[in-house]
Amino acid sequence: MPEPDNHRDEAIEPAGGTGASINLAQDEARSLERRPGGGQAPGGPAEKPRSLWSDAWRDLRRNSIFVISALVIIFLVVISLWPSLIASGNPLSCNLGNSQKGSTPGHPFGFDNQGCDVYTRVVYGARASVTVGVCATLGAAILGSVLGGLAGFFGGWGDAILSRVSDIFFGIPIVLGGLVFLSVITNTTVWPVVGFIVLLGWPQIGRIARGSVITARQNDYVQAARALGAGNSRLLLRHIAPNAVAPVIVVATIALGTYISLEATLSYLGVGLKPPTVSWGIDISQASSQIRNAPHMLLWPAGALSVTVLAFIMLGDAVRDALDPKLH
Amino acid sequence: MAESILQVRGLVKHFPLTQGILFKKQVGAVQAVDGVDFDLYAGETLGIVGESGCGKSTVAKLLMNLERPTAGEIIFKGDDITKLSGRALKAVRRNIQMVFQDPYTSLNPRMTVGDIIGEPYEIHPEVAPKGERRKKVQDLLDVVGLNPEYINRYPHQFSGGQRQRIGIARGLALRPEIIVADEPVSALDVSVQAQVINLMERLQDEFSLSYMFIAHDLSIVRHISDRVGVMYLGKIVEIGDDAQIYEHPTHPYTQALLSAVPVPDPDAREHRERIVLSGDVPSPANPPSGCRFRTRCWKAQERCAFEIPLLAVPAVFRGLDSPAAHDSACHFAEEKPTVVPPEAPPVEPPHEPPPDKQP
Amino acid sequence: MTTTEVSAEGTARPSAPLLDVRDLHVEFRTRDGVARAVNGVSYTVKAAETLAVLGESGSGKSVTAQAIMGILDSPPGFVTKGEILFQGRDLLTMNAEERRKVRGAKMAMIFQDALSALNPVMSVGDQLAEMFIVHEGLSRKDSKAKAIELMDRVRIPAARERVGQYPHQFSGGMRQRIMIAMALALEPELIIADEPTTALDVTVQAQVMELLAELQREYSMGLILITHDLGVVADVADYIAVMYAGRIVETSPVHDIYRRPAHPYTKGLLASIPRLDQKGQELYAIKGLPPNLLHIPPGCAFNPRCPMAQAVCRTDEPPLYDVSPTRASACHFWKECLDG
Repeated sequence: MPEPDNHRDEAIEPAGGTGASINLAQDEARSLERRPGGGQAPGGPAEKPRSLWSDAWRDLRRNSIFVISALVIIFLVVISLWPSLIASGNPLSCNLGNSQKGSTPGHPFGFDNQGCDVYTRVVYGARASVTVGVCATLGAAILGSVLGGLAGFFGGWGDAILSRVSDIFFGIPIVLGGLVFLSVITNTTVWPVVGFIVLLGWPQIGRIARGSVITARQNDYVQAARALGAGNSRLLLRHIAPNAVAPVIVVATIALGTYISLEATLSYLGVGLKPPTVSWGIDISQASSQIRNAPHMLLWPAGALSVTVLAFIMLGDAVRDALDPKLH
Repeated sequence: MAESILQVRGLVKHFPLTQGILFKKQVGAVQAVDGVDFDLYAGETLGIVGESGCGKSTVAKLLMNLERPTAGEIIFKGDDITKLSGRALKAVRRNIQMVFQDPYTSLNPRMTVGDIIGEPYEIHPEVAPKGERRKKVQDLLDVVGLNPEYINRYPHQFSGGQRQRIGIARGLALRPEIIVADEPVSALDVSVQAQVINLMERLQDEFSLSYMFIAHDLSIVRHISDRVGVMYLGKIVEIGDDAQIYEHPTHPYTQALLSAVPVPDPDAREHRERIVLSGDVPSPANPPSGCRFRTRCWKAQERCAFEIPLLAVPAVFRGLDSPAAHDSACHFAEEKPTVVPPEAPPVEPPHEPPPDKQP
Repeated sequence: MTTTEVSAEGTARPSAPLLDVRDLHVEFRTRDGVARAVNGVSYTVKAAETLAVLGESGSGKSVTAQAIMGILDSPPGFVTKGEILFQGRDLLTMNAEERRKVRGAKMAMIFQDALSALNPVMSVGDQLAEMFIVHEGLSRKDSKAKAIELMDRVRIPAARERVGQYPHQFSGGMRQRIMIAMALALEPELIIADEPTTALDVTVQAQVMELLAELQREYSMGLILITHDLGVVADVADYIAVMYAGRIVETSPVHDIYRRPAHPYTKGLLASIPRLDQKGQELYAIKGLPPNLLHIPPGCAFNPRCPMAQAVCRTDEPPLYDVSPTRASACHFWKECLDG
């Protein structure tokens, strides 16, 4: 640095300022400070700086759809971790004598075919849905954004191959694929289902990630960092990823809802989760044949599923609106 | 004349046009830059003017090593920087920095101003020890005329002119010798352009910088440049000092370009002769043979179609002690009287009225 | 707020105006507050006359034009006060149907970005022909012939062959010619051109401006040219209105303002542009930034940036003072500005 003093002779004495600016700077500084709130330059230097993320957060907090769906999701996560908080019974202790009975005191949702308490099963069923949804989304998002991001950044033959591979995955009808792949698996945990959804879900997120990395890569600030001598890892992690991640978050949040309903679909078809795992899909499947006699058996798990899927999709919508720079 | 610190020789950049999805086949090439030679001297400003598609921005990218040339050399201090890579390239980058056109896309919106201007020190940690960086960033903010307290703000909290100052501060951080500025003021409001131009001029003196100033605005280029090169379809067609180019242009394209500039003087419109070129600039993927300007040139003859004019002092002016004797790539170079009409004397800027005049 | 008639109805401009904008106010109601984009703008345009509206981004020059055309985005934009008299009738009190008839047939607009103003999936011939089919009820065949004739008139080479091409197949200059052709299609009385040549190269800019000026003479249309370029204004305008922070700060016939500006903002702008005919010294720079429209400074909006500002400028908003029968300036110290 040169002596910072050698241009200060142009400076006019700023009123009560630090005396560290040329006249232009001081004028701009004043006009900046003259604008409380809003516009290009809100607040004075004392105000906490706002990043785009904190702007988005401020928007979200004011959005009632976001608040409602977030509350629903928090509630779901809590009961899937500690179902005993609101359900004292055991979802697997059933009494055939109560089969298909309606609502009775202490059993507000009634009983199912096996005489299990529907309320307890609906509460415990949240765990399977949330686990599958969250794990499958995380897996698909990580795999998709890493592969898609690298393909978008480097381009070339790797990108060409990856694009064709993801085209192939897109071509597989997801329910048919599930029937084929999962019917041969006997493992009764959630992991085969999670693995299958990740396998078929990542190309969608990969495509979004690739596109947004290509968009971010063309920005002048990436060129500027390259011109400074920044390596690929710095370009990707510091400049491209933070600017490309928003669409991936949005798509992943919406996908989470659809993955939950996909789990239920597969379980309904008998190839997803299998008893003794408690799942809304299994319960819906078992209840569907009795819909005329005992509709409560179907309505409660189906209602829980719908509310859950809706909550995640609305959350995704709200996040997209908040992160969309065009609306700012 | 000062020492030449950058020599560009036979610079060519062709972007291949390809077809096919997995197996790409080259079907042609966009000849963005096609044989450009010039020198940049220490402490000078070399202006490059031309219309969109003439290749001036590609030249900037090649100088910054953001694109690799198809052919040619860029020699900085004895090294051909187009051949460097790794550590040697990184070292050269410290000496050549860039100011971008669009102040809205050239700053990372997720980084604070302090992180943006401090990033050069993270990439080149040898320039400033960690403890000094914050102080250095604040000094830079001060130097470009921004309040050093804004270090924690984000780019979207600033106006276009202020953002451009941040971009300039980032370019200065490593104390480069050369700054390549690609249309640095064209995205700014008229009243803010003058602020940024003055800042760049002050910094040039303060830090002994050499500028490559690329722009389409001929008045601004004349104001800031010592020498000016005029580009057309990937080639420099005329180059010389500012008086040679603006007062004694000999290439028909330069003459047409200068005569088309709208001058802020309504009286000039009556006594100027405007050369209105017909048609559009041909595609750089399929440029005309011979002289590339011949399809729009009113002087073009048969010779222009098959003989490429070289950038040299034209034969008619060779050996003459005249400002017209400068490099011009035209077979029929000649001077044309009053291409640039004289304007009215400059308007005095507003100033504070004397106290007795106050009503 | 005080506003006087901009172009004084003096000896220089005797005929009745084609367009008479009176005390127009437009505001944008945004999340962060009310942005007062236009604050009492008045101007008139007569047939066969070119009025240049000069200003920087945020000066309100384009918003005024949008309000005149009736294409203001509403919400968030609202015309809160004023009259827009076109051939004596107030556009703001017309119903939507009447207004739509005026737009296109009587007044037309040319935009800066021709590529986004043209429909990318319709051939230019069809887009031109549509104007005649919708407004004049011509047959498809006749309207196509008219489209070719128009393309010829704006000097697009090989119009007959190119009539079926799509906008992306034309160069920037040619697209702007197509925009001009569309604006001219129904032979309007008034054309508003918003930065028509800003996106074009210098040599193409010259062609397009020349074409526009020639067609204006031929059809004796009124032309409002909105621009930030003092050079373009000097080339074609008859009158100039300089806007700053949503107000007109100076109006004048074109020849007077360049020699003797009567407002410090105009003066600063003229002093800050580099010259083509000589190298010149350090540029004069207007200090500071244009104001935030959410918080326009009290008094004269230009006072924080004005070297001539006195105490009165920070409290009293200057009216448009008559400088001469044809000139006006919204500066308390216009006399000093004119002489100094």
